[in-house]
Amino acid sequence: MANGHIHSLETFGTVDGPGIRFVLFMQGCLLKCQYCHNPDTWGLNEGREMSIEEVLAEIEPYLNYYRSSGGGLTVSGGEPTLQAHFVKQLFTEVKKRWNLHTTLDTNGYNEGDKINDLLELTDLVLLDLKHIDDEAHIKLTGKSNERTLKLARWLSDHNRKMWIRHVYVPGIHDREEDLVNLGRFIGTLNGVEKFEILPYHQMGIYKWEVLGRPYELEGVPSPTEEEVQRAYRLIEEGRKQTALV
Amino acid sequence: MSVIEKDVQEVKAGWRGFVKGKWSRKVNVNDFIEKNIKPYLGKEDFLAGPTNNTTELWKIISEMTKQEIANGGVLDVDVNTVSTIVSHQPGYIDKDKEQIVGVQTDAPFKRSIQPFGGIKMMIDATKAYGFELPQGIVDMFTNIRKTHNQGVFDAYTSEMRAVRKAGIITGLPDAYGRGRIIGDYRRVALYGVDFLIKEKKQDLANLEVDSMTDSVIRLREELSEQIRALGELKQMAQMHGMDISKPANNAKEAFQWVYFGYLAAIKEQNGAAMSLGRVSSFLDIYVERDLAEGTLTEEQAQELADHFIMKLRIVKFLRTPDYNELFSGDPTWVTESIGGMSVDGTTRVTKNSFRFLHTLYNLGPAPEPNLTVLWSEKLPEGFKKYCAKVSIETSSIQYENDDLMRPIYGDDYGIACCVSAMRIGKQMQFFGARANLAKALLYAINGGVDEKSGVQVGPEYPAITSEYLDYDEVMKRFKPMMEWLAKTYMNTLNVIHYMHDKYSYERIEMALHDRDILRTMACGIAGLSVAADSLSAIKHAKVKVIRNEQGIAVDFETEGEFPCYGNNDDAVDSIAVELVESFMTMIRKHHAYRDALPTQSILTITSNVVYGKKTGTTPDGRKKGEPFAPGANPMHGRDKKGALASLSSVAKLPYEDSLDGISNTFSIVPKALGKEEEGRKSNLVSMLDGYFASKGHHLNVNVFAREQLLDAMEHPENYPQLTIRVSGYAVNFIKLTREQQMDVINRTFHGAM
Repeated sequence: MANGHIHSLETFGTVDGPGIRFVLFMQGCLLKCQYCHNPDTWGLNEGREMSIEEVLAEIEPYLNYYRSSGGGLTVSGGEPTLQAHFVKQLFTEVKKRWNLHTTLDTNGYNEGDKINDLLELTDLVLLDLKHIDDEAHIKLTGKSNERTLKLARWLSDHNRKMWIRHVYVPGIHDREEDLVNLGRFIGTLNGVEKFEILPYHQMGIYKWEVLGRPYELEGVPSPTEEEVQRAYRLIEEGRKQTALV
Repeated sequence: MSVIEKDVQEVKAGWRGFVKGKWSRKVNVNDFIEKNIKPYLGKEDFLAGPTNNTTELWKIISEMTKQEIANGGVLDVDVNTVSTIVSHQPGYIDKDKEQIVGVQTDAPFKRSIQPFGGIKMMIDATKAYGFELPQGIVDMFTNIRKTHNQGVFDAYTSEMRAVRKAGIITGLPDAYGRGRIIGDYRRVALYGVDFLIKEKKQDLANLEVDSMTDSVIRLREELSEQIRALGELKQMAQMHGMDISKPANNAKEAFQWVYFGYLAAIKEQNGAAMSLGRVSSFLDIYVERDLAEGTLTEEQAQELADHFIMKLRIVKFLRTPDYNELFSGDPTWVTESIGGMSVDGTTRVTKNSFRFLHTLYNLGPAPEPNLTVLWSEKLPEGFKKYCAKVSIETSSIQYENDDLMRPIYGDDYGIACCVSAMRIGKQMQFFGARANLAKALLYAINGGVDEKSGVQVGPEYPAITSEYLDYDEVMKRFKPMMEWLAKTYMNTLNVIHYMHDKYSYERIEMALHDRDILRTMACGIAGLSVAADSLSAIKHAKVKVIRNEQGIAVDFETEGEFPCYGNNDDAVDSIAVELVESFMTMIRKHHAYRDALPTQSILTITSNVVYGKKTGTTPDGRKKGEPFAPGANPMHGRDKKGALASLSSVAKLPYEDSLDGISNTFSIVPKALGKEEEGRKSNLVSMLDGYFASKGHHLNVNVFAREQLLDAMEHPENYPQLTIRVSGYAVNFIKLTREQQMDVINRTFHGAM
């Protein structure tokens, strides 16, 4: 069984899925988001190599917490689908041994069909939609959003539960048209249990400095509460226009 | 008419409607609770807000608190009157508005002189705050009436003085009252003082025995003092216009009489921790009776709780600034234990459990009284959720594992100070502060020479001379050094408690105990995580010693990685467990004064900062002078796998070898508990359930953002009531020294992104 490249782990995660969760941060990501607060997870062959059994041994002591709170396991990153085979094996084992709830936190930069068997084992997908406008998406992440949108569609077509999450950076995500379009897109999807705006914060800047990478969002503030509420409102408007009844 | 029937008639007004039992013939508060408690399984929706009187009284207190801070920490001192139970005329905040009356002197915020523990503490404290003790009182307690402090130093050996000075044993109660004794103040309300005096007189009569041994003589003298103190208690109540010779008739009297019992104790003793016990559910029985009789409304019941708590919040002792440096923010440890389960499986949560916690809203958050929830997996859901809500919103409660303690102490124990469980009225402890294990490890490496002073403090065992530390060699040297420390420690405590009994006996607190009680000798450990991580570094990495010209190890260079305590890794957690077990085993080898049962705690309170200051660089990478982790906490920044891994490491420490408690402080930013309020509450409940199911003993829960604390440091005026939990109790954040504030802020905040 191949090992996984692991960035770090968190035994008490409460924001990446329901309940208390074990969050495994995988190493490696192909997107280079300007706002990324974990740029140290980008490198594909870095991190600590761990076997499935080693990861399971890290989870096992805390099963009571995860069960009693309605939580489970979340695999995040980095981009976990880059190590889809490893994650699939991990999900298979936690289902088989403990019937644990599984969540995949992904940017969707992968083909639904290619990771089909992983998604079969996933109870909830946290889909990180970086920008609805493709050009802006390319500028922000270095890649097109086509795959992400396709994955969203695939999940919808296959009646999968998902939470869509959208980091909001002032000056990048505030165009009314984009926000309404984002809402329109979400409105066409089945299975969206939750939509969350994650307000941009600067807490990852020091990591860019440590890595010696230039930080392009220098000086960009976190959005105000009003900006966030406005964004929610516009997205909601869009959703209503296309919502499936 | 038999004596018993006559008694019942005399007291029946106060006992009307109560289910009788063993308790109605002999003092047995637990039996009374068991027969009469009305558990409450619902939610907090019945609670009432503050009355106008409550709000106005709290305004006065807030104003006086501000003045006190502006005045340098002490507002006023009655320097002319030595405090006794009846030394002062009654004082009031605003007599017409107060439901519960009585303060320590004739005015609130006026501190008293309590010299029986030590006159020096009083001289230094008055001077430090700009007051002066009259020469007459100084002379009285220097030349005529000996104090506990003088007695201790008369008997201390040169070795005891040396370990104390070096700080390998610190915080000893040898210059002030020892505290950590809980009088069963409920007895005053349930029985009235006459009943209690009669029982004590019977005890004394039963001690007219054939052989007058030391222990019989001592006990007879103590019982006589107790009877005298109970008489003074009655007199003190009379000065307030109340007759407490008979049982309390209603809820207001019950609250008041319990408080009178406690007030007498704090007038008489300036103990390190003056804890209250477990009164809320006891008092609920009176509230329920009044509610049923239609003589009390919910608003009035809450008002009683609010005014009672308000009094507990303004308990003040005169102490020196360096005492406050050790323990921060003028603590009194008025610990009240709330909730828990009965041995028969029903809960001891009542509506009053909620009312007591609700004072944190009606009066705002506060460090005192030290509200302690006895947590059981079986507590009613509604109460669990409410506790979580209060923790998230006020950071003012601590939790202790009832499922772990109940099998040992039964269902009527309380917490003294921070984490010390004891059966109420049936058990007391000899408070023993703590020994510094991290420093002991350095002594082992340096052959008993103190790494800071260069003085030979410990025994002159061979020092380690190799360039790199070898685990087996270090352990071979460390064990005998720990043995020496345990012996010296126990002997020192024996001196202290012998003298405290002799010169500063807790008359009224012991009058509210049974005649025959269990005493524990409560030792303690500081620096556990530093010692464990240091040994882990020596075992799993390579540690090179840097020595000064005197040959003392003053620095260490560590090559390679090593597992740290706090990551649920047995490679190091087992070292911590072994340290706890072996030090306890060593302590048990020595005779304890008055045949006390030796126990230990892993608790530092805020003295982790001062202990760190007194300890040189350690092999774990901690530099000289840097703070230790508090209590049993992992060192900050070293727990890398999140909260549950950290909690699991601490839960491995064996409670049976730390029966005086294992303190763990948990700080988390609000959003790391979850995004929505409901989720936060249920996540916290799950966390507490899980921690205690895995045999964790104690958890302080702080929920706030680091930025908020930084802001409070810059603008203390905006945070008069900001309360945080530290190692077993709570403090007012703005009263901490800057160093302690930084220590709190630097400590691991779970979920800082």
